[in-house]
Amino acid sequence: MIRIDSVTKRYPDGTVAVDRLSLDIPDRSITVLVGPSGCGKTTTLRMINRMVEPSEGTILLDGEDTRRQPVTTLRRSMGYVIQNAGLFQHRTIVDNIATVPRMLGWGKQRARERAAELMERVGLDPALAGRYPYQLSGGQQQRVGVARALAADPPVLLMDEPFSAVDPVVRKGLQDELLRIQDELGKTIVFVTHDIDEAIKLGTMVAVLREGGRLAQYAPPAELLASPADGFVEDFLGADRGIRGLSFVPSAALELTTDAVIPADADAGRIAAGKATHLLVTDADGRPLGWAERDELTAGDIRTDRLRSYGRPFVPGVDSLRVALDCAVLSPVGWAVAVDDSGRVTGVVSQQTIGEAIRAAHAAGRAEDEKVAG
Amino acid sequence: MNIIDFGNAFFSDSAHWHGYDGIPQRFLEHLQYSLLALAIAAAIGLPVGLLTGHTGRGGNALAFIANAARALPSFGLLVLAVLLIGFGLLPVMIPLVVLAVPPILVTTYEAVRSLDPAPVDAARGMGMHESRILFQVEVPVALPLILSGLRSAAIQIVSTATIAAYVSLGGLGRYIIDGLYQRDYEKVVGGATLVAFLALLTLALFWAVARVAVSPGVRRR
Repeated sequence: MIRIDSVTKRYPDGTVAVDRLSLDIPDRSITVLVGPSGCGKTTTLRMINRMVEPSEGTILLDGEDTRRQPVTTLRRSMGYVIQNAGLFQHRTIVDNIATVPRMLGWGKQRARERAAELMERVGLDPALAGRYPYQLSGGQQQRVGVARALAADPPVLLMDEPFSAVDPVVRKGLQDELLRIQDELGKTIVFVTHDIDEAIKLGTMVAVLREGGRLAQYAPPAELLASPADGFVEDFLGADRGIRGLSFVPSAALELTTDAVIPADADAGRIAAGKATHLLVTDADGRPLGWAERDELTAGDIRTDRLRSYGRPFVPGVDSLRVALDCAVLSPVGWAVAVDDSGRVTGVVSQQTIGEAIRAAHAAGRAEDEKVAG
Repeated sequence: MNIIDFGNAFFSDSAHWHGYDGIPQRFLEHLQYSLLALAIAAAIGLPVGLLTGHTGRGGNALAFIANAARALPSFGLLVLAVLLIGFGLLPVMIPLVVLAVPPILVTTYEAVRSLDPAPVDAARGMGMHESRILFQVEVPVALPLILSGLRSAAIQIVSTATIAAYVSLGGLGRYIIDGLYQRDYEKVVGGATLVAFLALLTLALFWAVARVAVSPGVRRR
């Protein structure tokens, strides 16, 4: 565990970048430091590997003061990823990745083999091994940056706004890739960003810092969204924190109905039995085709090309309540379509039912809080 | 007679191709003075430029001194050096080195200082020692500029090394100065042509070195 113990960073001109910050960073999880510019998040990260020395306080790595070992030894035990990757442009991709192993005295062959292994791990085409950084896109360069940081298999990974300089689509890909890699490797990751959405997506724990380097709140993302500590955190989270909080509520408990689902070859009785004004028509395999008004349907003559789009379906148990709600909002009839892994309809659910589920989730959250408080 | 005729006459005279005043001998002398001056200038300019560029400290003061040194007239410096030290190789080296240090020092300093700070930050963050950062991260990328500083210094040395002849030393300047004195314009043109040829040779040499020494990742092709 990394323990930041009442650390202050004061510059000679009197500016305080970080103010008596204390933070316990758990092992094998992603801890995100987030906040507006000037909140000291990067300074905090750089104090962990002593790129910046604290003015007061201590930083403990597994219980030991980081100042007790040589600074290069400390840094070599921590991968370091920065914005724009900071690749060595005179070295090939494979040699960039092999830098730390080579520094640690590995043979050239072994270091390159390790580099090739890492290229695969971060999703880089092996054909890029002999290329130079300028021949790669920003997203690919950032992957190389991550691979280079992982090369010597350090237990800790420090990431300073690593995905800020790439476009949103590439950024999303890199974030997903990081979560996947983290699932496989289980590193202790400290991640700095100014993007609260990124923080909420990646963080196991999120530390929100405010100007002047003070901690505003340190909590798991769901808790942050549900109960921001103060007005600053609430503002920082943005207007739709309620909806974003639903990302952390599973959709498995949603009560689905099949009463409003009929196959395309349904008979008159089946149509008449439909318990809603709109019915979802499926094909013979049970895959959704589209919505139709019940009164307009004629048995034996359901025109599948005249159906209204069913929008996007969700998978209960895989997708969150937020996705389910989004599907219902996008649906032309206000009902979300639930499917299983293979895309067969398992039922439909109305906005009203989803609303009830949201209220139930809130009630459960409150009960949980009271239990903790009591 | 025009310049080409002078040149032809000079180079076709077989007497000019051997002996202590022959072209190979003078060429070699000129080369020796130039290499020695360049080596001394590089020994001063490179480390100082690299260090100030890497740390970012003292660079402005150095650039000021170097630029002031550029304003010193080489010939005047030579006369002064001879008056102070007497004849010999040393008084010739002084103006040449003074001439060559500024371009080497200032370009090296600028080359290292103006590098993208991100790779240096990354290298430091992964626990690389400062000397390794300088030589394995900064110098390879700054190399094209550093070489261009050495190149302009080398060319200036080659053309200015003719002044060695003023203080009774050899080199290609011998032909120019003797020629002017003897009103032998064949000699003057021949000497000047040889100096120009050596300057072009220097240019070609640096081009070849850059081709070999600079990484394709930095050359970007």
